[in-house]
Amino acid sequence: MSTAADDVEAYLRVENLSKIYATRDGHVRALDEISFTQRRGEFLCHVGPSGCGKSTLLMIAAGLIAPTSGAVRAGGRGVNRPRTDIGIVFQNPVLLEWRTALGNIMLQAEARKMERKDAQSRARKLLAAVGLGGFEDKYPHELSGGMRQRVSICRALIHNPDHLLMDEPFGALDALTRDQLVFDLQALVSEQRMTVLFITHSITEAVFLSDRVIVMTPRPGRIDRIIDIKLPRPRTLAIRATPEFAEYSRQILDLFLARGVLREH
Amino acid sequence: MSETVNSPASAGPKNPAANDATEARSHMRRSARERRDRIAALAYPIGMMAALVVIWEAAARLFLIPPFLLPAPSAIAQAMGANTAVLLKNSVGTTLEIVLGFALSVAVGVPLALAIFLWKPFARAVYPVLVSSQAVPKVAIAPLFLVWFGFGLLPKVLIAFLIAFFPVVINTAVGLAAIEREKIYLAQSMGFGPAATFFKIQLPNALPSIFAGLKISITLAVVGAVVGEFVGGQGGLGYLLLIANGNMDTALLFAGIVALTVLGVVLFALIGLVERLVLPPHAVEHTSFARESM
Repeated sequence: MSTAADDVEAYLRVENLSKIYATRDGHVRALDEISFTQRRGEFLCHVGPSGCGKSTLLMIAAGLIAPTSGAVRAGGRGVNRPRTDIGIVFQNPVLLEWRTALGNIMLQAEARKMERKDAQSRARKLLAAVGLGGFEDKYPHELSGGMRQRVSICRALIHNPDHLLMDEPFGALDALTRDQLVFDLQALVSEQRMTVLFITHSITEAVFLSDRVIVMTPRPGRIDRIIDIKLPRPRTLAIRATPEFAEYSRQILDLFLARGVLREH
Repeated sequence: MSETVNSPASAGPKNPAANDATEARSHMRRSARERRDRIAALAYPIGMMAALVVIWEAAARLFLIPPFLLPAPSAIAQAMGANTAVLLKNSVGTTLEIVLGFALSVAVGVPLALAIFLWKPFARAVYPVLVSSQAVPKVAIAPLFLVWFGFGLLPKVLIAFLIAFFPVVINTAVGLAAIEREKIYLAQSMGFGPAATFFKIQLPNALPSIFAGLKISITLAVVGAVVGEFVGGQGGLGYLLLIANGNMDTALLFAGIVALTVLGVVLFALIGLVERLVLPPHAVEHTSFARESM
């Protein structure tokens, strides 16, 4: 099914990926024969219930966890060790408590031996872009949860990565902060048409941000359906009130209802 | 989802950090309150101690308690004044034993913990032995050290080391092991090698725990040095305590105890000072001297 043209277009290619965890009660199949591709510049979202293995999928795509079977190719190369061409955002901010907001972002710059002055001014710009101008010298414990996650997003972007991987980055935040960060993220990544792989269990988030949404089944995680989101960009608050948006959300909800993820009693 | 669909514009598109700024302000208020709490945490026990000393003094005078049983605080202060030179002279030797014993604990304990952390077979072999060896009453080993190492400085330093090094090992090993998996993932995604990961992330991550171990260790080193002097001393505050005891000079005995206490507090405070210089303010564990020295 893969053509030559497809290969050029595809930045991330996941083929027949399965992951089986050995537990005390026997083997748990977290991912079952997952195959998909992601085009360069595409915002691709995996949405699914808790425990469908979508976070595992992201970790495998990042080369941080080895799959049980199947293969991942990124940028034309097979992935068999941690990828360094990425920026990664976890569900928790994972900031270093002993470094300031700026210092945490600079860790990425230090790792990649970026020129210090340039990197610092870039880090400051990124912080300002997410509304954290003036908070450069604050330590993580002086920041709120939403602010910390913004710092971690800046850290994932400072080196202009080819691929941004986000594992339920807004899952631990309140609804209002989530909304703000969704807007911030859209503004940050649409500027340069960044390739983003985004994991979430929020249908609204998925539809709002994505070019395509991959709906996952409950455990074992399989691909239920892939939905193209043809909403104009940049997307605004108003778009969430449109019938098209509601229709996309309904499609995903119907899949969840059909799989028993949701019950209406 | 309904709560996110119609999120109001009052989220503040003009100032997205408004909510966070409020939170940060309330955090500042909270830290001001914490500062007041810390001052109170200091003022109350000091007031309590002062009250105890006053009651002690009054009781000693009122009930005419024999000085060889319980000298009044004023008598102890007098003994300290009269024996300043002796106390100072003996403090020097004891301090040397404590500091060397502590330094040895760090020099042996930290590398041992590193080996336990980095090399699984070593951990499997050494860790259980190390932990179970703590059941041996170390004070009981002191006479043995005398037999092996004589009466000089060495046996005292070694006893201090023997008592003090365990918390350094345990706290360093536990501190290194207690790291979120994501921090390691993050380092890998940035292209950090094992060495850079260790020095930039794992070691600083373990520092608060390591310092907690050092604080316990220094107070135990004081105990070790005194035990060493009890068993085979020719000088030092521990030896002075024995002499005072033999002479029924209870006031001097108390003076020696006060000197040892002050020495312990000063050394503990020095570690705390280094900790404050090395770590950012929040990471310093607010643990009281009393709790740690138990």
